[in-house]
Amino acid sequence: MQVLIRGGRVIDPGNLDGIMDILIENGKIIEIGSKLEAGDSVIHAAGKIVTPGLIDMHVHLREPGHEYKETIETGCQAAIHGGLTAVCAMPNTDPVNDNGQITEYIIKKAREANAARVWPVAAISRGTEGKVLCEYGELKEAGAVALSDDGHPVVNSQLMRRAMEYAKGFDLPIISHCEELDLVANGAMNEGALATQMGLPGIPNAAESIMVMRDIALCELTRARLHIAHVSTAESVQAIREAKKRGVPVTAETAPHYFTLTEDAVAEYDTNAKMNPPLRSHSDREAVLEGLADGTLDAIVTDHAPHSSLEKDVEFDRAANGIIGLETSLSLSLTLVEKGVLTITQLIEKMATNPARILGLENGLKVGRPADITIIDLARLWVVNADDFRSRSRNTPFNGWNMKGKAVLTMTDGNIVFDDLVCQVGEV
Amino acid sequence: MQFVKKDILDMASLSVEEISLILDTADRMKEISERPVKKVPTLRGRTIVLFFYEASTRTRTSFDIAAKRLSADSISISASTSSMVKGETLIDTARNIEAMNADVIVMRHSSSGAPHMLAKRLKASVINAGDGTHAHPSQALLDMMTVRENKGTLRDLRIAIIGDISHSRVARSDIAGFTKMGADVVLAGPPTMIPRGIETLGVSVVHNIDNAIHGADVIMMLRIQKERQKGFLFSTEREYARVFGLSKERLRKHAKDDVLIMHPGPVNRGVEISPDVADGPYSVILDQVTNGVAVRMALLYLVSGGVRNASSD
Repeated sequence: MQVLIRGGRVIDPGNLDGIMDILIENGKIIEIGSKLEAGDSVIHAAGKIVTPGLIDMHVHLREPGHEYKETIETGCQAAIHGGLTAVCAMPNTDPVNDNGQITEYIIKKAREANAARVWPVAAISRGTEGKVLCEYGELKEAGAVALSDDGHPVVNSQLMRRAMEYAKGFDLPIISHCEELDLVANGAMNEGALATQMGLPGIPNAAESIMVMRDIALCELTRARLHIAHVSTAESVQAIREAKKRGVPVTAETAPHYFTLTEDAVAEYDTNAKMNPPLRSHSDREAVLEGLADGTLDAIVTDHAPHSSLEKDVEFDRAANGIIGLETSLSLSLTLVEKGVLTITQLIEKMATNPARILGLENGLKVGRPADITIIDLARLWVVNADDFRSRSRNTPFNGWNMKGKAVLTMTDGNIVFDDLVCQVGEV
Repeated sequence: MQFVKKDILDMASLSVEEISLILDTADRMKEISERPVKKVPTLRGRTIVLFFYEASTRTRTSFDIAAKRLSADSISISASTSSMVKGETLIDTARNIEAMNADVIVMRHSSSGAPHMLAKRLKASVINAGDGTHAHPSQALLDMMTVRENKGTLRDLRIAIIGDISHSRVARSDIAGFTKMGADVVLAGPPTMIPRGIETLGVSVVHNIDNAIHGADVIMMLRIQKERQKGFLFSTEREYARVFGLSKERLRKHAKDDVLIMHPGPVNRGVEISPDVADGPYSVILDQVTNGVAVRMALLYLVSGGVRNASSD
């Protein structure tokens, strides 16, 4: 069975850019070129962007343990509808993904869901309690692609140092959730005038940047691969920029909400804009945009964090942190291209090429590679309606937003798992 | 002027005209409490639920007396007696109360914004009786009533608010209310207790109490909570009293002759204010309490007394 993707603008950063056809057989790319012979079926991609499958390296799938918020299946469905062919599943499930059996369980469930690929991120410390190192060797054999205690910072600097060194031995990156808990205290939003007016305890920028700087120092010491999660402050961006200049092997990510929204989104005590790190000030948002533009921030991730009304339809300070993002991420990120912050090629780097590089995984449109492909329509207009989401949760601050551009087809291993091209897939 | 607001949530959302109307109404209500028979039939048949999720003696009693003087049926629910101890959510509890056809819900809650959350979802009027560190509008209104009663106006007065501004919903509501009515507000306290960005509310900040009370028409002292030591907000009560406490000597040296001393209570005698000042001739602390009943009668009347334009909500 051969499938031909015909006439799209194929962009694989550092590899391809041009109007080309891609021929796929048995789940693999077998030929890339112009005017290829049609296969058994054709996907008419003229006017669209054809890219390597997009990767979201920071997602909470909630299974096992919190299936009422999301399951691996619903999360993977949400991913493919957002144009993502692979997601990294953070380990703060219940039980925590801190041993090979849980990692294998997640991979098995993902295989059954048969939608997006799921790459588990396992815990740095047992139970993410910051006391004992997990068995990184077993975790890697089971399929873990990185290590993180995401949701909890690694408070003990000695443990963080040893985790970096130990992980280096298994060639696994450490993804650090940077938060100085004493400074956060009971903080519920960004510290500043708005928090003062709203009578909510604030979280200062330093609560994040202190830990970013500590981890950079440890990275400098250990030369292990360090990846900074969900960067939200100007100071963090600057620290990472300077570290990269010094040649420190650090990479970093941010999320669409940090370059799209500011703390103003919580003004009506909207718990769907409550997250950790919190939405910050205008100048932080500007700094995040600069960090994306100059390459300081390597990846765009969602930090997709499903919560039900049980956690969100409550008093603001009692509400859980986090928003969902899989189904809005690409469209929000495309605004960066529209506004000239990034070229479309740079955007694809941040949503596909770089995540794969950071994780040490293969990616890209090359002959012989599995056909994981996303097709994007830059002109498609749509309105976000959370009730239509494939995710099991609805906690988004973007409900009702007008969007321009979206994924219209997602393919993993040559299978079309999501198709919104509107009748453009057909027989020859 | 008609009062059309369904809810009283914070001072920021009240207009100058609405504040004036509330204060004028409170002035008239005050007389009722001075009669031998302190009751009028104005709100007969109305049901007012006092929904207190956080301990309160003064404010709850004040609202309760206000409701009864207007002949409304009032009932109190506290956190320990509510279903919240059985794990019911705030929204569910409130919906249940509303299903019993409560007309007004007077609410105290430790979470900032909790009354706003309920006000959006309920048809009943919600009066915020204090939410977290956010707002305490009835306290600000009774403060303003007391000042106006003594000074004749609020315009161009210098109001000094001294103490833990960070954790004070009274300070936030006083700032919003007094500045809106044309007064100048100056804050003083240790820098640990002055929240970031407070200047955006149109106030000035000093860190020396003498500078704050110099030329002040009103000095509002805030309660210092000993627990704040744990958050490293101050060293000892002893040092606090020495540096930021209002003493007779300090008053004599720096304050105007006709200054008013106020305190939202409960007073921590000997810490933020010395006993002789709290009980002294400039103190209007108990007048504040008396006026509290009048202001709350005005609020209950205005949100439920039929003057609200039915088509406005």
